[in-house]
Amino acid sequence: MEFSLKVDAISKQYRIGQLFRENMLRDAVVNFVKHPFVKKSKETIWALKDVSFEIKKGETLGIIGRNGAGKSTLLKVLSKITYPSSGSLKVHGRIASLLEVGTGFHLELTGRENIYMNGSILGMKKKEIDKRIDEIIEFSGIGNFIDTPVKRYSSGMRLRLGFAVAAHLIADILLIDEILAVGDAGFQKKCLNAMGGLSSGGRTVLFVSHNMAAVENLCQRVIWIDDGKVKKDGDSKEVIRSYLETFSNGDYSNFDLDKIENRSGNGAIRFSGMEFLDLKGNPKNIIQTGDSLIVRLHYYSENGVRNLHFALELYTVLGTKVTSLNTWASGFEIQKLPWGEGYIDVEIDSLNIVANRYYVSLWAASAGNLWYDKLDYCAMLDVEQSDFYNSGREMSSQHFGMVLFPCKWKLNGR
Amino acid sequence: MKEVWQYRELFFFMVWRDVKIRYKQTLLGASWAIIQPFFTMIVFTIFFGRLAKMPSDGIPYPIFSYSALLPWTFFAGALNLSGNSLVVNSNLITKVYFPRITIPAAAVFSGLVDFAIAFTVLLGMMVYYQIEFTWGLLMWPLLLIPLVLVALGVGMILSSLNVKYRDIKYTIPFGIQLWLFLTPVIYPTSIIPERFRFLAALNPLTGLIETFRATILPGREVNLHGLLISLAVSVMLFVAGFVYFRKTERNFADII
Repeated sequence: MEFSLKVDAISKQYRIGQLFRENMLRDAVVNFVKHPFVKKSKETIWALKDVSFEIKKGETLGIIGRNGAGKSTLLKVLSKITYPSSGSLKVHGRIASLLEVGTGFHLELTGRENIYMNGSILGMKKKEIDKRIDEIIEFSGIGNFIDTPVKRYSSGMRLRLGFAVAAHLIADILLIDEILAVGDAGFQKKCLNAMGGLSSGGRTVLFVSHNMAAVENLCQRVIWIDDGKVKKDGDSKEVIRSYLETFSNGDYSNFDLDKIENRSGNGAIRFSGMEFLDLKGNPKNIIQTGDSLIVRLHYYSENGVRNLHFALELYTVLGTKVTSLNTWASGFEIQKLPWGEGYIDVEIDSLNIVANRYYVSLWAASAGNLWYDKLDYCAMLDVEQSDFYNSGREMSSQHFGMVLFPCKWKLNGR
Repeated sequence: MKEVWQYRELFFFMVWRDVKIRYKQTLLGASWAIIQPFFTMIVFTIFFGRLAKMPSDGIPYPIFSYSALLPWTFFAGALNLSGNSLVVNSNLITKVYFPRITIPAAAVFSGLVDFAIAFTVLLGMMVYYQIEFTWGLLMWPLLLIPLVLVALGVGMILSSLNVKYRDIKYTIPFGIQLWLFLTPVIYPTSIIPERFRFLAALNPLTGLIETFRATILPGREVNLHGLLISLAVSVMLFVAGFVYFRKTERNFADII
């Protein structure tokens, strides 16, 4: 009994017709009367295709992939919410799935009552909840409001209560979906800690997230799901790196952003390209730590976009945000953008980041938080080593962290 | 079935939640459990008992109708609640696994609390009409078993259909109303012409409700033949509902 969970060639098929099915008996009858001999649509899509893997007892496994790749379907199949079309699933131990925070909360019930309700929905016994109730209340920080109906809680309080129950779940196998994406930073950290504790207690954890830093932090092994199939399965750093590489198109100084389809926003502004230039305006193919750099963002604007902000963000390969350079922070106001093509430059005096590979995300948004265009990980920025401190020594990311500050040393005042 | 036993605590929590929520933030609280059958009884007494002179086999019409309205109100409420229960709890179905059957079952069982509350009024009325308490009263909990089975059977079918076809929701109250007139609540079975009696007996509620009445009222004999037919139909409906539910529940999360 080495494994906790064994997934064997699981596939899940949806009939496309299921999306536009007859919601009403009435429609079904009408359709039948109108077209009695027409068979229902047989067109199908595979949300999962031939997925196999095994999770060892006590292992923490991350699952990554783009939206719609099949991560959530996989989690639903594993937690038995939905059934696979083919394939089999073997489970050793008690399984609990957290696809949502506070499942089954009822607004009319008090916090305490909801802890019992939610806990038992997640598979805990009443005795087990009795034993933990004080801890749960303590963890949630709800305090005196615990006997007040949940409808009087703020959304933050509800979330904390849900997390508090989740963090005290008793299960051998935990399936966790993207729930850390919500909540304030302090509380997120508390939950991550609690979950780190969960996995150390011999528990098997399966964790789906877009937060690469969290996945990297919590999981030793990662499975990358793409188009319903396992694309890569292995050491977390390696898998995350190859996943992030698919977001960039490989050119080094001039990026055509027009064809990137993985973008959001209403399109009133559309990034069409990005260039890395030196201060004279020539293309810059090799970029080194400490260089000056102009990043030119080409865009296409519809008529009369007003009061907007542009941003350029850098991420490490593990998804940690290094910086967000934006016109709002710099106090650079753009009243109105003329119709048509244009470009905006951001001039970086000194690129004080350690040699490594970075990813660029861009966005343009209104002052009121409306996205015009948003491109995540749309380009790669390879920063090469340089003699930053004029010491003749090179600094690699392995030992020198992420950023370099210009600095001088003095011994005994000299 | 083993799984259902494992999840019995969740089942109790759901019953408890349904009961609790029903009377939270209501002005009259649990007295609604009494008001509903009691006022229906008054209306029936005025219109059917007094004005329409409906025969009640020589028993005071109020107690004649109330003793049938108690099981009927439970049954109607159970159908209504369980029929909609899966759709109402769709967020649970798409987010977490547990035996789906707990949802309509909890809806049916939560009605038993109301039944117990309203039952106390029946005892009061028996004192008022000077009807002797007999051992027959002890039959009531036993008679509830087939009644619950029918409610579960039909409730499972309706709730499952409701997942697929949302207009079931609108047909449930209508169907319940029709069913009321097909059941001897307002009238005694004795006014049904002999040749239709067999048809009436196929409605499991006919035999059950007549027996509910007969066990507590004086001078009424339990129609064993009718009761046996009702019991058989009840079990059949339950089995049919269970089988249908098991067959369809795999797809609930995908189509709800």
